[in-house]
Amino acid sequence: MDLLIVGGGPAGLSAAIRAKEEGIEKVCILERNTHLGGILNQCIHHGFGLHIFKEELTGPEYAQRLIDRATELCVQFELNTMVTDLSSDRLVTCISPKGAKQIQAKAVILSMGCRERTRGALGIPGDRCRGVYSAGTAQALVNMKGIMPGKRVVILGSGDIGLIMARRMTLEGAKVLGVYELMPFSAGLKRNIAQCLDDYDIPLKLSHTITKIVGQKKLEGVYVAPVDKNRNPIFEEEQYIPCDTLLLSVGLLPENELSKKAGVHLSSITGGAVVKSDLSTNIPGIFSCGNVLHVHDLADDVTLESYRAGSAAANFIKQGNPGHSAIKFIEVQPGYGVRYVTPNFVQENEQVELLFRSDGIYRKPKISIYDGDRSVKTIKKLIVTPGEMEKIKISTEGMKSCTVLIENSE
Amino acid sequence: MQKLPKHYDTIIVGAGIIGCATARFLGQYNLNILVIESQDDVSCGASKANSGIVHAGYDCYPGTLKAQLNAEGAAMYPILAEELDFPFKTNGSFVLCFNEEDHHKIIALYERGLTNNIPDLKIITHEEAYNLEPNLAPNLHSALWAQKAGIVSSYEANIAFAENAAVNGVEFLLETSVINISQKSKEIDSAQSFTVETTQGTFFTKTIINAAGLKADIINNYINDTTETILPQRGQYYLLDNAHRGFVTRTIFSLPGSKGKGVLIAPTVDENTLIGPNAEDSNDTQTTRSGLDEVLEKAKMSVSNLPIHGRITTFAGVRAKHASKDFVINEPISGFFNALGIDSPGISAAPAIGKKLAQMVADKLNPGLNPGYNPGRLGIKRFSRLSFAEQAALISENPQYGHVVCRCETVTEAEIIDSIRRPIGAGDLAAIKRRTRAQMGRCQGGFCSLKLSEILSKELGVSEEYIWTC
Repeated sequence: MDLLIVGGGPAGLSAAIRAKEEGIEKVCILERNTHLGGILNQCIHHGFGLHIFKEELTGPEYAQRLIDRATELCVQFELNTMVTDLSSDRLVTCISPKGAKQIQAKAVILSMGCRERTRGALGIPGDRCRGVYSAGTAQALVNMKGIMPGKRVVILGSGDIGLIMARRMTLEGAKVLGVYELMPFSAGLKRNIAQCLDDYDIPLKLSHTITKIVGQKKLEGVYVAPVDKNRNPIFEEEQYIPCDTLLLSVGLLPENELSKKAGVHLSSITGGAVVKSDLSTNIPGIFSCGNVLHVHDLADDVTLESYRAGSAAANFIKQGNPGHSAIKFIEVQPGYGVRYVTPNFVQENEQVELLFRSDGIYRKPKISIYDGDRSVKTIKKLIVTPGEMEKIKISTEGMKSCTVLIENSE
Repeated sequence: MQKLPKHYDTIIVGAGIIGCATARFLGQYNLNILVIESQDDVSCGASKANSGIVHAGYDCYPGTLKAQLNAEGAAMYPILAEELDFPFKTNGSFVLCFNEEDHHKIIALYERGLTNNIPDLKIITHEEAYNLEPNLAPNLHSALWAQKAGIVSSYEANIAFAENAAVNGVEFLLETSVINISQKSKEIDSAQSFTVETTQGTFFTKTIINAAGLKADIINNYINDTTETILPQRGQYYLLDNAHRGFVTRTIFSLPGSKGKGVLIAPTVDENTLIGPNAEDSNDTQTTRSGLDEVLEKAKMSVSNLPIHGRITTFAGVRAKHASKDFVINEPISGFFNALGIDSPGISAAPAIGKKLAQMVADKLNPGLNPGYNPGRLGIKRFSRLSFAEQAALISENPQYGHVVCRCETVTEAEIIDSIRRPIGAGDLAAIKRRTRAQMGRCQGGFCSLKLSEILSKELGVSEEYIWTC
């Protein structure tokens, strides 16, 4: 096998498409689900594809565009197939109802996506009752199975899936009582706050959290409280809200258990692989893209990134490791106000787009790229928030170091 | 609903580990036995939410029932785990001593252990301890190493006892509460010695075993003029992702210090790390911020570099303490047997308690042997624990083993179906979780619960909507 791709969501499909387009013969996607398209299948709202397809598609429509293209290019698919092991020399172990097998690949692309942070990981105190769901699980219940988990809904966290689900539950007849966000800013896209909360008069309570979950067998209610500057609840202002459903939209975590088995280095901030600008990891021939690398806001961004991973994997297959040892890499450092930047390494003398997120809200800031004390590029923004990924294109010509930082905010 | 005969030789109240262990040992006799449980599955109380420790037995005061039954129970576990195919591991335990002045307490524990006939105890230096457990907190002085201490999946042991009992003819009536017990005649050979009224009708029985855990006082007080009181004690826990496997390999206790009794840090049989419990007077299983903070603070006194960011869940269990601080196993009325106050080391002692209660009933009723008695049970085959070759062979035999439903714990469709179809099979998502580990991993069922409801719906012939909203 030339190229094995683990995961058939938008990232895996896009990477497969590009590798095929660049002439790689045997490309196979291993997908654990019964269908391709990944989480897009449950995202039945529209708003996908504005950048790449120049129209507003629903998630399943977006996925179908990629599936159709991949099929046209004769990408192979193995569905119901779970990859259980991956070695550093790219031996892939997988199982499916057809059997257990091991496949040697010339290159591997990791595109397994992410999972949702759970109540248990947060450690919200209280009863362990039914009625507490992560937002994506509830989305799958409502959109894939047509099952409404409840009628009176509280949402903790303002991630995009939570915002989308606030609207979805409302449209399905539930009363969404409020979205409570621990941070003083939303983790979601501005457009989702406008279209999913404001349009339906759903309150967004910033700097609030859930202090206790109550319910004997089923959820009966939650206690909410504002938090102080150190994000500790102000218990004097705690308030009880009767509800039968609590949705959690409190963060997505790249699913890199398989990557770890191959020895891929992971970033302690994103939980995704440490990658160079061609999306290669520290393990030769293993690449990473999409939400398993870092969590994206837009499917289009996933697709574009994964095209690059597919292209880089194609190059690797054609040329072997293209003299990586001879190429000089510059580490990209997050500076003031920047939580993370990807890629983690850029090459000397290349045109490259850096993707990054801020660690808070900055109004009218300058985003600057520095090489030591030398300013390489500066752009002005009206606002930068952690909920919206920022992009900046640079030429690395002559750079010895690279730091991205936020300056002169009001 | 299945039509049940109304007359029994023995009714066991409570399908926790005590009730089910007793049922398992009674299964060898030719008796009509009914287990009544108020919850919708076995192992729903303290038996599912505890430390999962098989204590070596040095800690109990000599002469107590706890000392005797802990030692007996601990010795039974390795054999029972083989016979009934449930997860158990002899991993050993440490009691940590952090200053020289307290070293005499370690010696006292060691000597108490000798008195209790506990094998393989050893006092070790801090160097030896750090070599074996590198993540112990600094400034350790010495430790007591109990090499025979173990860990067990208490709910899986509970389920194994129940399944084996069921196979040997014991009946189970779930979701049924006992609302009164009375007695017409005090004569044991009277055919209708006890009348047990439940939410599912009235039953008559020659003997009763009260293994009702937190409600054992209520059951006792229906019939016994000497009233009892159970003192519920809540303990809270953290469970860490098995990605941090090996953080400790032995169960780590510490000597009670100025800040009270410490908490334990232990591996589970599934390679998670368990931290807890504290002790609070409470009858509910709510976790609290203060309780969890207390657990964490105490754990940090015993270990360094605790990867608490890797927690996948927190939970609380309530143990049924008795004022005597000992187990109370008695027969206050002829034919009515109590198992009261089975708090720590209740899991460790459970097989011995079950055996003892079964013997007490047998002595009373002089039953014949069950001609079809089968002492063994095969658990659900754990796909994730097999080698690649074994996995491949299993899939070619049954393709449902090739369909991974729970990605975090690699649980297959075949295992899920097995868990539903076996005796006292899983009837809901939580019951599947306890039997197969699906939903036990880091995504906590976020992905697989949707597939599980599909399988459950097909197997049980109920709608998925019912499974999610009932």
